[in-house]
Amino acid sequence: MTQESPSPEARRPDRAALVIAAVIAILAAVIVYSTATAQGGSATRIGPSAFPYAIAGCLFVLSIWTAFEAVRGDFPERETQEIQPVIWIIGGLAAQMLLLHITGFAIATGLLFAATARAFGKGPLWMTIPIGIVLSFIVWVIFAKGLQLTLPAGPLERLI
Amino acid sequence: MDSFTLLANGFAVAMQPLNLLYALVGVTLGTAVGVLPGIGPALTVALLLPVTYKLDPAGSLIMFAGIYYGGMYGGSTTSILLNTPGESSSIVTALEGNKMARAGRGGPALATAAIGSFVAGLIATMALALIAPTIVKFALSFGPAEYFALMILAFMTVSAAFGDSTLRGLTALFIGLALGLVGIDLQTGQARLAFGIPDLLDGVEVTTLAVALFAIGESLSVAASHRYGQEKIEAVKGSVWMNREDWSRSWKPWLRGTFIGFPIGAMPAGGAEIGTFLSYSVEKQLAKKPEEFGKGAIEGVAGPEAANNASAAGTLVPLLTLGLPTSATAAIMLAGFQQFGLQPGPLLFANNPQIVWGLIASLLVANFMLLVLNLPLVGLWVRLLSIPRHWLYAGILVFATLGTIGANPSTFELGMLLAFGILGYVLRRFGYPIAPVVVGLILGPMAEQQLRRALAISQGDPTVLVHSPIAVILLILAVCAVVVPLIMRARGKGKILAALAASED
Repeated sequence: MTQESPSPEARRPDRAALVIAAVIAILAAVIVYSTATAQGGSATRIGPSAFPYAIAGCLFVLSIWTAFEAVRGDFPERETQEIQPVIWIIGGLAAQMLLLHITGFAIATGLLFAATARAFGKGPLWMTIPIGIVLSFIVWVIFAKGLQLTLPAGPLERLI
Repeated sequence: MDSFTLLANGFAVAMQPLNLLYALVGVTLGTAVGVLPGIGPALTVALLLPVTYKLDPAGSLIMFAGIYYGGMYGGSTTSILLNTPGESSSIVTALEGNKMARAGRGGPALATAAIGSFVAGLIATMALALIAPTIVKFALSFGPAEYFALMILAFMTVSAAFGDSTLRGLTALFIGLALGLVGIDLQTGQARLAFGIPDLLDGVEVTTLAVALFAIGESLSVAASHRYGQEKIEAVKGSVWMNREDWSRSWKPWLRGTFIGFPIGAMPAGGAEIGTFLSYSVEKQLAKKPEEFGKGAIEGVAGPEAANNASAAGTLVPLLTLGLPTSATAAIMLAGFQQFGLQPGPLLFANNPQIVWGLIASLLVANFMLLVLNLPLVGLWVRLLSIPRHWLYAGILVFATLGTIGANPSTFELGMLLAFGILGYVLRRFGYPIAPVVVGLILGPMAEQQLRRALAISQGDPTVLVHSPIAVILLILAVCAVVVPLIMRARGKGKILAALAASED
């Protein structure tokens, strides 16, 4: 993700794009492996395995095509990215996922809210976390009580 | 029964007080979410799907129709007042509309967009009502081979025909198709690609994928690229009403935009963008004052906005009559139908006419409501634009996860949401389009089913796929959709196609 090549001749192979080509090839291989090992014994000519094999085949072709374009440097220029905000958001989503059934919807989602705000440069967390929890609690009341969605309840939600 | 009788019956459904309320809630939510910058109609529909979970099918679809049209209206407000269009189909509106707003003519720009959307929505929805029965009659003669050919055509137009790279479009499509394989095979009951995980037996949820790719992928992408500095919001100065000159310059573009947008939406070509670009260039050609284009010509707002809404209605033609989604928004709407066990297509018209015609009638009702809601209340919606970005995206992620939790409160489902969100970020980062992934996921299993049905009927003879002239024509068109753009790009005309890119919607 570091190359900034003004002239096409100077373009080196796009490593990130080569990684994508490899991932697509691995995806195809996984489909072939999973389909080949899961034979349940359907005798019809075009059974449940034909379509996966066809898709895997096409993915292999696309993988080679991607590698070809990567080597030629055909992928569009990418702007530089900051990794820290991405980690905050992913961390927030992971925290919500892991805490949802332990602390209930409001607290888990409040953390996600604060982490996202942090990713966009808004802090401090001691202020955004309570805001997030209060907002999520209101959302929980509207959707769980008003619209009867099943949203996991924790200590906070059991108060009402 | 002819269309008008059926439509009248539809109005009887749509005018029930409770359904009117659903429509009102739908258009209000749709406008509010559609106005938020960074949220296009596909995401609006995906985010608001859970709100409709517990309603009855008719009420839910009516609310849904309101959300769909409301999202379209809301998007135009954003692109006029804030030079960052919420969806790709509003890019053209931003060209002239934002210039008008800067020149202090934001009011008339919003008015011509809203009235143009209303006119287009009205005509296009009537056209939908008129041609739907004909297509249904035609479609009833379709066998599995024709459906398969039709789906191949939809795959190719959605992924390969537009955008800046055939390779990346096709790759996105096949990622979607691969995800569509996950779960129990409908015909033999065999589990595929489930890796022994019970949660995967039901397959990948369309809404989980769509919300993750659009909401989480977009949030990650915006946060990582620091594109969230506050943009300048143009205040609406003066009257929102148009003067006599505005009217006389607007009404023809409205009509032309409608007649350009509707057929493009109705063809399995996907995306409302193409119609808006075509309409813009037509208006530029025909304008009496072409020198105003680029500086805030009202024709350049009126035409594309009408085309945008007309093709939104047009997209419903293949969706309702053939069960064929041709855009990400339509794919999510199809998922909305399927949550009630309804499968759009010719049989839905025969079996559930009150739902189909109630839906079409409520589109007309929603259209009226939106005109009322948007013109006088535009100041209210404008306030939504000033929400700071950190609160906005924090809220978007709360609602994105809320939808998934509401549908299936499992840790595994949230894990999938996170994984697909990262996928969406990577796709954006490397210039892959998003819509083909969603369309591939929902249409892939349907195409497979039709193919296997066709081959079962012919006892394995693959020539059955090219026995009927209709199937042959559709397959030839599909091949053209891939080959022609490849040749155009090779000859250095790729820019035109890139300009028509269907990335969001």
